[in-house]
Amino acid sequence: MQFRFEKRPEPSRLMLVVTPIASVLLTMLIGVIVFDALGIDGQRAVIDIFLTPLLASYKWQDVAVKAAPLIIISLGLAVGNRASVWNIGAEGQYIIGALGAAGVGIAAGAAGGPVVILLMILAGIAGGTAWAAVPAVLKTRFSVNEILSSLMLTYVALQVLSYLVGGPWKDPNGRNFPATAPLTADQALPVLFPGTTIHLGVAIALILPFVFWLVMARSVFGYQIRVVGSAPNAARHGGFDSNQTVWFAMLIGGGMAGLAGALEFAGALKAINLGFPSGYGFTAIIVAFLGRLHPIGCLIAGIVLAVTYVGGQVAQTTVHIPNATAGIFQAMMLFFILASDVLVRYRLRIIPAGKAAPAAGE
Amino acid sequence: MAILTRRNFLAAAGAAASLPLIGSPALAQEKIKVGFVFLGPIGDYGWTWAHNKGREALQSALGDKVETVYVENVAEDASAIPVMRDLAQQGCKLIFTTSYGYMDQTVQVASEFPDVKFEHCTGFKRADNVSTYNSRFHEGRAVLGTIAGKMSTSGTLGYLGSYKVPEVVLGVNSFILAAQRQNPNATLKLVFIDSWFDPPKEAAATETLINLGCDIVTTHTDSPAALQILEQKGLHGFGQGADMSSFAPNAHLTAIEDIWGPYYIERAQALLDGSWVSADSWEGIKEGTVVISSYNPAIPADVVALAEEVKNGYAAQTFDIFTGPIYDNEGTLRVKDGEIMPLSDLAVMDWFVKGVESAA
Amino acid sequence: MSMDFIIAAIITVVGISTPILLAGLGELVVEKSGVLNLGVEGMMLIGAIAGFAVTSMTFNPWLGIMGAAVAGAASALLFGFFVLTLNSNQVATGLALTIFGTGLSSLIGLSFVGRIVPQFGSIFPPELARDPLLKVIFGYSPVVYLALVMVLAVAWFLKSTRAGLILRAVGENDLSAHSIGYSVVGVRYAAVAFGGAMAGIGGAYFSMVITPMWAERMTAGRGWIALALVVFAGWRAGRLLTGAYFFGLLMALELYAKAAGFSILPSQFWAAMPYLMTVVVLALISMRERIGSNAPACLGKPFLPAT
Repeated sequence: MQFRFEKRPEPSRLMLVVTPIASVLLTMLIGVIVFDALGIDGQRAVIDIFLTPLLASYKWQDVAVKAAPLIIISLGLAVGNRASVWNIGAEGQYIIGALGAAGVGIAAGAAGGPVVILLMILAGIAGGTAWAAVPAVLKTRFSVNEILSSLMLTYVALQVLSYLVGGPWKDPNGRNFPATAPLTADQALPVLFPGTTIHLGVAIALILPFVFWLVMARSVFGYQIRVVGSAPNAARHGGFDSNQTVWFAMLIGGGMAGLAGALEFAGALKAINLGFPSGYGFTAIIVAFLGRLHPIGCLIAGIVLAVTYVGGQVAQTTVHIPNATAGIFQAMMLFFILASDVLVRYRLRIIPAGKAAPAAGE
Repeated sequence: MAILTRRNFLAAAGAAASLPLIGSPALAQEKIKVGFVFLGPIGDYGWTWAHNKGREALQSALGDKVETVYVENVAEDASAIPVMRDLAQQGCKLIFTTSYGYMDQTVQVASEFPDVKFEHCTGFKRADNVSTYNSRFHEGRAVLGTIAGKMSTSGTLGYLGSYKVPEVVLGVNSFILAAQRQNPNATLKLVFIDSWFDPPKEAAATETLINLGCDIVTTHTDSPAALQILEQKGLHGFGQGADMSSFAPNAHLTAIEDIWGPYYIERAQALLDGSWVSADSWEGIKEGTVVISSYNPAIPADVVALAEEVKNGYAAQTFDIFTGPIYDNEGTLRVKDGEIMPLSDLAVMDWFVKGVESAA
Repeated sequence: MSMDFIIAAIITVVGISTPILLAGLGELVVEKSGVLNLGVEGMMLIGAIAGFAVTSMTFNPWLGIMGAAVAGAASALLFGFFVLTLNSNQVATGLALTIFGTGLSSLIGLSFVGRIVPQFGSIFPPELARDPLLKVIFGYSPVVYLALVMVLAVAWFLKSTRAGLILRAVGENDLSAHSIGYSVVGVRYAAVAFGGAMAGIGGAYFSMVITPMWAERMTAGRGWIALALVVFAGWRAGRLLTGAYFFGLLMALELYAKAAGFSILPSQFWAAMPYLMTVVVLALISMRERIGSNAPACLGKPFLPAT
């Protein structure tokens, strides 16, 4: 008996949807086993990480606030990935975006209101876009691999953060602790439901996926992205300039990351310190993959990843596993979805013994 | 420490979910929950280890009325907020947040839970339900500086700082002033590593200080990394927060031990009695929150005697290292001859004394 | 600047550079075979905890280093399975490995916080290792010398052995190599495993040599510097050595600037330098594409033989 993978004529739509769900479930199962093996209450840990944030209503706002940046960044990354542009530097663009917004906040002094907030958001988008423009230029002008260049710039961004927050932008009333002065109440994003932490950024994160869906599905630009990504030769014949596409893809990725940074700063944190980079730029890559690069998929996957973050914090208190453990689950989900990609592209055929297998160049 | 079972956790969650965010009413028959937010791992043999020892002391003293819960490795950023909220929502009535960088988060969460009492360590922002507590570590630094001043052959002392916050600045100044009483030409090289706990960076910074001529290095960071480097090079240093001699038996001269137990017991008792009010507590050697651990036998007896003199002076409140004349490192006279700096000035100290060389 | 200071500075720089040299060497071989493994940071952390754990349980640092290598290789093989057998996206898989390795090492490390382990003794006699002048050559941990030996071994392997030639061929033109009859997947698996082993040892350098203790995330991003280093070195082992020491020098400068009171340039400038330099070098290399860059042509692309 032989197992053979046969390429499907067309990616299986059923598998496209089933595999992310299966990945999450498998991760939960393996998680229980691994934790039990390490002497930790596996069931308790997995329940806390995956289910408690959904079941305990007082955790919903935490999930919402955590999901917002993940969703927004992943939307930009998904567009890029569809065009075969690999923006690994979203974390750096997120940071620079937040710094842009913080700069506006500092420049505004005590002034607040919708204009200031709008300026902060625009500064965030501008900052992230500018930071992504560097790898974009390097790629289009010098053919530099954007994976490496965008990654390197993330680490440069960390140093920019450290310099600003520890130097010129340090809160003068903060007794020298490296952090910016907190935003005033009317400089911060409005809260949507009084008494909660759900800020305007959450609403933006819920609406943007549908905007992206429309643009990607209906517009020429969306079509251009998809064609350049999957069939570059056909794209050229169709008159699509691949350089231009690379530009757009990188800039959108950077702009979204910067937007997420600005919203997280102005909505959730209201000050920036050295702990600001939380790895969202990298986790958003997982979100984009889990969401199969589809805007609505990104929305759902963003919520799932946010659940694991929040659940990881719950598990810190209940089962005493380190915060970083949530990363194990996030990575596992990514591993499973990457593995399951095989099922999307190939069909598993079982050839009974006795039947000659056709020769193939495996 | 509470092990929350699924049953009682979901029950609590259910109860909390049906109440407004103000927090659940106290259930009279059950034990009062006291929560702790820790910066590092309880096994760090330093800052967090000491706080955890305090928690254990509380647990054993008042175990019949109090149940303690803790969370480790909580970063000093916004992610601390859900952790604090979680503790409050799980029913904690008293929460200790044990690092400077939790200040704004503590204040914010406290505003959401007026019925829960918060105590922030080493901070300065208070509210009706937020107290601050601190320890006069600088008294211990004076003891250490005395030893360092006598035992350093190069006369250059090294200091590993975290951030340039008053707590750290205070410690630096106390240390070098005490050293200068033994060796008027002693100088200090200072590096800020922008973190409370980062072993590789602490190690690299220690090595750098040693290469620049420091033969005794002390730290205001939480890991024993510096001591390990000093041990490798055959030099000396001090433990921070706890006795770290197991990591560096030859290098470790002595340590400042943080003793939090009595304070935690006192405050939990006040909560139980209903007498808890927001206050600012800043105790030291006299009250027993700062303890000097045992001296390395390699320290000569006369040096030990000098160190003990300083320690006893603080215990009897007859000695204060911040007695004038004190010049800052730009030459200005900051404290006149015979004057003693008040604690309120120490709490906001942002200048260094003469002899401190640093980039920041 | 006295001789003592120069010697001390050299020793410090060598110490800082060794882990990235080790991890960089491993990744160099991996990338030469055409695979991009972004999971270096995760593999280093796995190596760090594995090395520490094994040493802690056996009291033998040599077993510890071997344990670190094995654990690193195992985690790399996990990556290899996804990327080489399932043809999954290399960038995403590498990233997943980093996140996974960080979390797994933190979890396993829980039981090892606060423990101490025995360290390596010097492989040279104390007269050489402790001598104030000669210690600049003889005073290092055995792992440092291992790294230097590996530089020579990798350079020789790639340039002068048949296996090395095959590996390079696989990285430059996998389809041709495949048609000649070489197992592209097999070669890449071996390369990936080697990369993992080296990253594991590099990580263990933190937990066993620099500061013999365990702390979460103790490699502090050095895995990413190792990735930069491979590019900076133009995928050449000899240049990797000088590049590693150059990066180490920059990292040391950051601390020296702070300690010696240099405030003309902020310390963050030095900390950012390795990454900025890598970007510059990336641009320069790519501009010289006509002359012939060193980046393996198949880097990051999946192997898809016609079926």
